[in-house]
Amino acid sequence: MASTKKSRTKGFPLEKDDLLDMYRQMCLIREFEEACAQQYSMGKIAGFLHLYIGEEAIAVGSIKAMEERDHVLTHYRDHGYALALGLDTGEVMAELFGKETGVTGGRGGSMHLADASKNFWGGYAIVSGHLLLTVGLAYASKYLDEDRVAVCYFGDGATNAGAFHEAMNMAAVWNLPVIFMCENNLYGMGTAVEHVSAVQEMAKKALAYDMPAMQVDGQNVTEMYEKTKEALDHCRSGKGPYFIEALTYRFRGHSMADPEQYREREEIDQYRAYDPIPLFRDRLIEEKVAKEDELEKIQKAAREEVEAAVKFADESKDPDLDTLGDFVYADPITIK
Amino acid sequence: MAREITVRDALREALREEMDSNEAVVLMGEDIGAYGGSFVVTAGFLDEYGRKRVIDTPIAELGIVGSAVGMAMGGMRPVAELMTINFSLLAMDQIVNHAAKMYAMFNGQFTAPVVIRTASGWGQLAATHSQTFEGWYAHVPGLRVVMPATPADHKGFMKSALRGNDPVMFIEHSLIYRNRGEVPDDDDFTLPMEGAEVRREGEHVTIASWSRGYYLAMAAAEELASEGIECEVIDMRVLRPMDTATVAESVRKTNRLVVVEEGWKTLGVGSEISAAVQEQAFDYLDAPIERVGSLEVPVPYNRQMERAVFPDKDTVIEAVRTVLAKDINTANV
Ligand SMILES: Cc1ncc(C[n+]2csc(CCOP(=O)(O)OP(=O)(O)O)c2C)c(N)n1
Ligand SMILES: [Mg+2]
Repeated sequence: MASTKKSRTKGFPLEKDDLLDMYRQMCLIREFEEACAQQYSMGKIAGFLHLYIGEEAIAVGSIKAMEERDHVLTHYRDHGYALALGLDTGEVMAELFGKETGVTGGRGGSMHLADASKNFWGGYAIVSGHLLLTVGLAYASKYLDEDRVAVCYFGDGATNAGAFHEAMNMAAVWNLPVIFMCENNLYGMGTAVEHVSAVQEMAKKALAYDMPAMQVDGQNVTEMYEKTKEALDHCRSGKGPYFIEALTYRFRGHSMADPEQYREREEIDQYRAYDPIPLFRDRLIEEKVAKEDELEKIQKAAREEVEAAVKFADESKDPDLDTLGDFVYADPITIK
Repeated sequence: MAREITVRDALREALREEMDSNEAVVLMGEDIGAYGGSFVVTAGFLDEYGRKRVIDTPIAELGIVGSAVGMAMGGMRPVAELMTINFSLLAMDQIVNHAAKMYAMFNGQFTAPVVIRTASGWGQLAATHSQTFEGWYAHVPGLRVVMPATPADHKGFMKSALRGNDPVMFIEHSLIYRNRGEVPDDDDFTLPMEGAEVRREGEHVTIASWSRGYYLAMAAAEELASEGIECEVIDMRVLRPMDTATVAESVRKTNRLVVVEEGWKTLGVGSEISAAVQEQAFDYLDAPIERVGSLEVPVPYNRQMERAVFPDKDTVIEAVRTVLAKDINTANV
């Protein structure tokens, strides 16, 4: 969320505090993800680990535009949203370590972060499944007259699944406050968009449902902020769903298991030139929003926060095995 | 002549040989081409056979199976790969309501010989990526469901599936791709997709299992043998049509049965085996049948918790001791 003051910084849609906060969040996510890769190689994190490196501006810019009451659902590449929503860095890392202090008590791991108190309804690992949940949450919000927008994040790959089309149609025909936030990073795992999607521009898929849509530079955090704000306003005014295609690129493999044989080194390097963090830093300096040392301090603090998070995770306990049967049913079962 | 190869290589050989001998065979699935397959079974196939025969599909399980069924109706031999059995749930309608029904519903006019490859397995992948659903598919008449353990069975069944006329659910296991075993040196090696196999003879207890469970059973049997307990280990191999007669026959000798599966016991494959054995060999049972399965919870990510959920060698050994300790001829039941 952005602060409520009206003032704006020259050349930017936000005031300085918010701009620096976005910079801080992006640094935090980057440091966090780098630490994850390291901890994974040390065996502290296991299972599937999908890093958000290169895509940070999308979560940070869009979440900055939301209100606390808005709903967020994501796919399994979910650390970035969790941190941008303000989940505790230590508790997120502890989840990846499978610890009791983790945000889902060590049960969910990297792919299933959640914090219901923040209307963060979780990361989901069945591609496209959560889009329908988002439709339902938006339905409930409208039914209960709550003025919440439900935002779901998903990849280009998810747009080829049946559930995507069902969700788009239902959100449109029921005129629901949903933002479909598609992160087009050009690949679903190792498969390039061109081989599996009839259109290369995901935003076109909204046309079939008469849904307004736009393409946004997903490497530009302030553009993400502004455009999301526009979409949120649209939804809040009762005009129904909105589709945003954020153009981006994942700098690392799909998961830690990815041998990355499907793309050339040159291609990766080419996109690395659009690293959202230095791009934003340079603009902040150029437009005299902040000095280099101020930004360096932010960066350093992010690193320290992540180091502390790793320490916290490492020192936390595994969940008690006696709790294995917990949470299978919310209501008691009495038969023996 | 025979060679020792891995399960993965057995599958690769089967697919390659059938693709080489039959133009109609194509592979389709998510990330099977450029990525090389999530379990590296089809690595290199795209270069070798091209996009026409190695099809990287959209993430659309229902679409993959549905179109594969249509291809099969149209004279092709598609191998539709569903990355893991968890995602097969999205394709269930095409598997159960379409593939399994064609032949009977249309009075035998045509069949849909589609081979659906998918993998069970786990490894700190949490609740939605660690499931074991072979029993769900084995429930359905019209499907053939194989869940092999050995490399020879993987190869022989795959080749048979690609030459047969029925839809086949071919269920692999992510944790046994590297297991090794002998496979005959014969391009025409096929195995009928029926029948359980007694893989180890023993007189005291019968252990029936399949896929990775079979390896747990063998490991348990080895360890128990050092104490003089001889287990007869049966690899079920095919879950539909299921050969329970072989298990009943073994029970007539050992009088005791342990069934090992990785899925939830309730309404599982073990339930079916147990029911069939009491029907066929009730008088021979000296103790209640023990069923080993996983704890009935959504699988947690945490390593210790996950280990506590799934059966291992020690759980199987414990179950064997339990059936040996009980005896209906004495009063301790
Ligand atoms: C239903 C389903 N099918 C397959 C998978 C395996 N899988 C996990 S992520 C993924 C690729 C998704 O790509 P995309 O939607 O573009 O998201 P990205 O990872 O690029 O952010 C696949 C195929 C899955 N998790 N769920
Ligand atoms: Mg993608």
